[in-house]
Amino acid sequence: MTDIAVKKKRPIWFNLNLLNLPLAARVSILHRVSGALLFVLAFWLLYLLDGSLASAERYDNVRQIVAHPLAKLILFVVLWAFLHHFFAGIRYLLLDLHVGIERGQAKSTSVAVFVVSLALTVLLGGWLLWR
Amino acid sequence: MALNRTVVGAHYGVRGWLVQRLSAVVMGVTMLFFVLALLAARPGDYAAWKGLFSQGWVRVAALLFFLSLFSHAWVGMRDILMDYVKPTGVRLGLQLAVILALVAGAVWATSIVWRA
Repeated sequence: MTDIAVKKKRPIWFNLNLLNLPLAARVSILHRVSGALLFVLAFWLLYLLDGSLASAERYDNVRQIVAHPLAKLILFVVLWAFLHHFFAGIRYLLLDLHVGIERGQAKSTSVAVFVVSLALTVLLGGWLLWR
Repeated sequence: MALNRTVVGAHYGVRGWLVQRLSAVVMGVTMLFFVLALLAARPGDYAAWKGLFSQGWVRVAALLFFLSLFSHAWVGMRDILMDYVKPTGVRLGLQLAVILALVAGAVWATSIVWRA
């Protein structure tokens, strides 16, 4: 009787709001978001690669396209998506090998993914796009 | 009558899981070599850029990279669609669209790499 009463009082509500997720869960959902972004933008990047190798005229044309501020902004987003996906992916490969599965380690590697990917996005983005 | 049924599934999930990880490693290694080649050659114009891609090993690496990329993207997009798109018809339609886009992308990428 009391058991049932206690069980019924258990909260069955989870706050899945993105901002309230643990750090590892934010790495995970952003791994999906960045992967989906890379899927969509891969076709535009393929178009640029195609042009850059087609002829000298189209090579110059591609250089003009990527010099446009809007294109630079998109490339900056691509760079972030790639770097987040890359470092979060390395973290998952290590987790598969049972490296860093302890609670504390898992948290610090999540921090590392954010710090390294965001810092490299700013540094590489600044160097490659707005030099 | 004893039926010899397997109760642990058909391992379809394991195949996708493995493809995802192997393709990730292949892309990581080929990108590393490509970045090193870029830093060594520092191509500044069309001739140098095209010259980089006309080397045999760059072609092979680029082809390996793109085939891994499109397999990897398929498993990832399939997982995303399976998790968030519940109506079966819509999901199958979107999965078909993703497959067509990825196959077209793989053919396009191959033609870019071998023409260069």
